[in-house]
Amino acid sequence: MPAAIEFREVSFATAQGRRLLDRISLALEAGTITAVLGRSGSGKTTLLRTANRMIEPTGGQVLVGGTPIRDAEIIGLRRGMGYVIQETGLFPHFNIERNAGLVLEAEGRPRDERIRRSHGLLAAVGLDPASFAHLYPRQLSGGQRQRVGLARALAAEPKILLMDEPFGALDPLTRAEMQDMLRDLLHKLPGRVQTTVLLVTHDLDEALYLADRIVLLEAGKLIANLERAAFLRSTQPEVSAYVRAFHRGERSNASKAGPE
Amino acid sequence: MSGNFLSQYGGEIATLTLEHLWLTGAAMLFATAIAVPAGIWLTRSPRWAKPVITVANVLQTIPSLAMFGFLLPLPWLGDRAARIAILALTAYALLPILRNTYAGIRGIEPSILEVAQALGLTSRQLLFKVELPLAASFILAGLRTATVTCVGIATIAAAVGAGGLGELIFRGVASVDNRLVLAGAIPAALLALGADAALGLLERWFRTPQQ
Repeated sequence: MPAAIEFREVSFATAQGRRLLDRISLALEAGTITAVLGRSGSGKTTLLRTANRMIEPTGGQVLVGGTPIRDAEIIGLRRGMGYVIQETGLFPHFNIERNAGLVLEAEGRPRDERIRRSHGLLAAVGLDPASFAHLYPRQLSGGQRQRVGLARALAAEPKILLMDEPFGALDPLTRAEMQDMLRDLLHKLPGRVQTTVLLVTHDLDEALYLADRIVLLEAGKLIANLERAAFLRSTQPEVSAYVRAFHRGERSNASKAGPE
Repeated sequence: MSGNFLSQYGGEIATLTLEHLWLTGAAMLFATAIAVPAGIWLTRSPRWAKPVITVANVLQTIPSLAMFGFLLPLPWLGDRAARIAILALTAYALLPILRNTYAGIRGIEPSILEVAQALGLTSRQLLFKVELPLAASFILAGLRTATVTCVGIATIAAAVGAGGLGELIFRGVASVDNRLVLAGAIPAALLALGADAALGLLERWFRTPQQ
């Protein structure tokens, strides 16, 4: 079976010649969650954006289900992928129900189907449709807005979900709630198609909690592509540096506790 | 103004007010039909924005009396004064509508447009479902500025015989009759205020609080 998404030697350079991606090869198996880690400017977001042709690679190619997306019809390709970003990007002039059902509306599905589906999804992301469907984005908290963003991304039952720092702007408690909810949604939602998730984050704990595989990018190059469990044990210097940077608090506590 | 004056000029004031409305209304229709699509096009080709807006800007700096004069000798246009008036008023109305359409769409939060594209809205859906509704209050504000300006400038159209309330003003000035001047100026001012208030309401109606 072909990978759900495959990046084959994907490179991207800006018009000014800055190389943001350098021959990245990476395959995402269907139904898995892959987290792409890396510091700011490492090329994580650029890589994600090549998957739905928001950015066209300047070298190599991206395949979805074994087919190069360069030849794919762009609207259909994008509608088949959920997209969630940190800023949420909800439409301020649409109520929550319409925001959640936007992709269905774009596809021209009938109104009652759209409403049924968006209400179902709002409930699934933990927002009671009876109280939220007719509110507007500005009336929601950051976490609630992000829930709507997720509902919108899942409305058309995409096989692929692209998430770019989806919980990056939230406080730690809300973020943890959202991570739990996402995990439940992807694993438990009945009748769901197997969703392949590409999750861009700089949060190692988020990657460890949600992902099956963890990919580390640095300066546009793929440094590591490991199973979750293998990531923490890796002796690769870049990987262990990332892990160390993240778990400094724990270690300093441990050393303070000292030998007893 | 005495009742006598009104009974003498009332009918004429009404006719000229209608004429004034027609000149301004027609110009606003043309200007909107040109400037809104042009503004949308500029958001797609931003490198043209500066030169095009500059041209519209220059048009607006031409003194109105001179503009009417320039157009007078043109074939077909010169035949009917109303044509000249409508063309000139259209030219004056372009800039505010064009500028506000462009700025209104460019001012939409980038993340909203990004998500709309990434979720697979067609460029048509993007325009009609997202960009125009979110820029609507801006575009209407431009329309409002343009309308108020044009109601004023339309009084000059009487100088080339296009009619409108300016006719009373010109006649009043020529015959040193302030009542006639006011009979033209007051309805013109009321028209401007009325248009301003009505479009202002519409603009408020379309205003979307951003996130």
